[in-house]
Amino acid sequence: MADVAADIPKREPLILRILKSFVLLRESGVAMIGAGIIVFWVLMALFAPLVAPFPPNATLAPMLPPFSPFDGPEGGTFWLGTDHIGRDILSRIIYGSQTVLIYAPIATVCAYAVGILMGVVAGYKGGWWDDILSFVANLILSFPVLVLYVIIIATVGASGINILIAITFASAPGIMRIVRGLVLDLRTRDYVAAAQTRGESSMWIMLVEILPNARGPLIVDACLRLGYVTITIGVLGFLGLGLPPPNPDWGGMINETRTMAQVFPWMSVFPCLAISSLVLGLNLLADGLREISIKD
Amino acid sequence: MLVFLARRLAYMALTMLVLSLIVFLVLEFSPGSIATKVLGPYSSEEQRAIWLEENGYNEPLFVRYFDWLGGFVTGDLGESIKYKVPVNDILWDRLANTGILGLATFLVMIPLSLTLGVLAGMKEGSFQDRSISVVGIVFTSVPEFASAVLLSTIFVFGLGLLPGTSGMTDGFNFVELILPVMVLVLYDFGYVARMTRASMAEVMTTHYIRTAVLKGLPYRVVIMKHALRNALIAPFTVIMLQINWLLSGVIVVEFFFAYKGFGALLLEASLAQDIYVIEACAMVAVFVAVSTQTLADIGYTYLNPRIRFS
Repeated sequence: MADVAADIPKREPLILRILKSFVLLRESGVAMIGAGIIVFWVLMALFAPLVAPFPPNATLAPMLPPFSPFDGPEGGTFWLGTDHIGRDILSRIIYGSQTVLIYAPIATVCAYAVGILMGVVAGYKGGWWDDILSFVANLILSFPVLVLYVIIIATVGASGINILIAITFASAPGIMRIVRGLVLDLRTRDYVAAAQTRGESSMWIMLVEILPNARGPLIVDACLRLGYVTITIGVLGFLGLGLPPPNPDWGGMINETRTMAQVFPWMSVFPCLAISSLVLGLNLLADGLREISIKD
Repeated sequence: MLVFLARRLAYMALTMLVLSLIVFLVLEFSPGSIATKVLGPYSSEEQRAIWLEENGYNEPLFVRYFDWLGGFVTGDLGESIKYKVPVNDILWDRLANTGILGLATFLVMIPLSLTLGVLAGMKEGSFQDRSISVVGIVFTSVPEFASAVLLSTIFVFGLGLLPGTSGMTDGFNFVELILPVMVLVLYDFGYVARMTRASMAEVMTTHYIRTAVLKGLPYRVVIMKHALRNALIAPFTVIMLQINWLLSGVIVVEFFFAYKGFGALLLEASLAQDIYVIEACAMVAVFVAVSTQTLADIGYTYLNPRIRFS
């Protein structure tokens, strides 16, 4: 018994394994570009007070085109111009990345928590658990997503928490379907049978034995979904159902200034490029990860 | 096949019924505020109470639900609070406009995405495949509202080629449809192309394709006669389910281009808490979504002989 245990190589510490999986990214150029874009925006969000040339909500000089100098006492340049009430667009985009990068991951994590729980229970328990959970998921999925958001937000009102709840409610069923499919396959494995023989509780088997082995496809899906959630937050802001002003929010910035696009195109074009680049980063990373996972 | 059809339709009816109950419950959440919406913020407490009584809001919830459902089934959708006309008078015109928009989008998107998907999937991993995939990803990453802003900055304000709004104020105008359709196609085609590519790539690895190539058939015949028929089954389902996504995209695009369609109506109604219009729109959206899913299921079964004959 002791000899067998000695033969099993020791697992490396968790941090080292995570670092090594980042090195794996280098196998795919697409994934590297995607990760680069994401890291760029994360750094922008983290160091916003240092990077942004002006405070995001300060009204300085209205309707200046890009590269205009600021005549005020502090000086400086409006690299991307100013908006209709004189706020610096570059600073608002930088601070806006904080909004997106706080709300989108939290909403995605909430949706995953609910979706994984539903999926694991439906897949592992089967029977009427599966019937009921699958029926509920199908019901929610048969709603066009944005119709669902518009109705929920219009009924309960627009606020950060409500946006999180709406996104969780609408995305969890999709995650549940994926997890359920994976669990249906994994629960026939020997290590699950071994755990059952040991007399582990079903909660333990579901969360400790099965779930970690389903992580591959889920990580790819999480990247894609983070992109959708980013778009959703943008769309809600764009439709006027997002976070209340004056919070700098990319979708909201576009909504406020799009009617002036004929005369002042820079006001809405730059936030559009910002949100598109972030979503592009997430999608490229997802595509690269899928490529790498197929290679193995 | 008949049993399957009957089961599918029964399931669809059940889904519609449960969803109608949910829509009803969510929207009837606060009858007090409905009275305020209809009578205005300066109405007195008594006036609101009388209005609620007259319109049957003091009946038990399930009585009102069946009232509403009964009216719905017989074609009485209630009256719009904002426009003060029956919902029937507004809804169908708007729906027809959205139908035109959706049809135009599909007419452009389906040939484009299927062609690109097949071209990419023919030679998996080739330069052609990678470049089509990356282009697809780039376009899918630009949200509809962003591409609407970017495209109108280029084509409307920059080049002055196209009109920036699609209100169709002087009758139907084809030119006003170009930008909305372009925005919807650009966002959606990447996904359908990617699904087609996956399906095509899978078919290309099968034995019967290898046999066809080895017996010396020209490559074009192998693709056109043998591979395509199997490779296009999966995209059919994807395209049908895409209608669900299109309904979402339509809200953004109609809002942006001031197109008088169903999505814009739903958004206006939601912002104005115009409850009967929201209910009618939500049920129409659900009906479209559920019936296309049913059609996709039935079509998939029909198209795939391996399922049809088993």
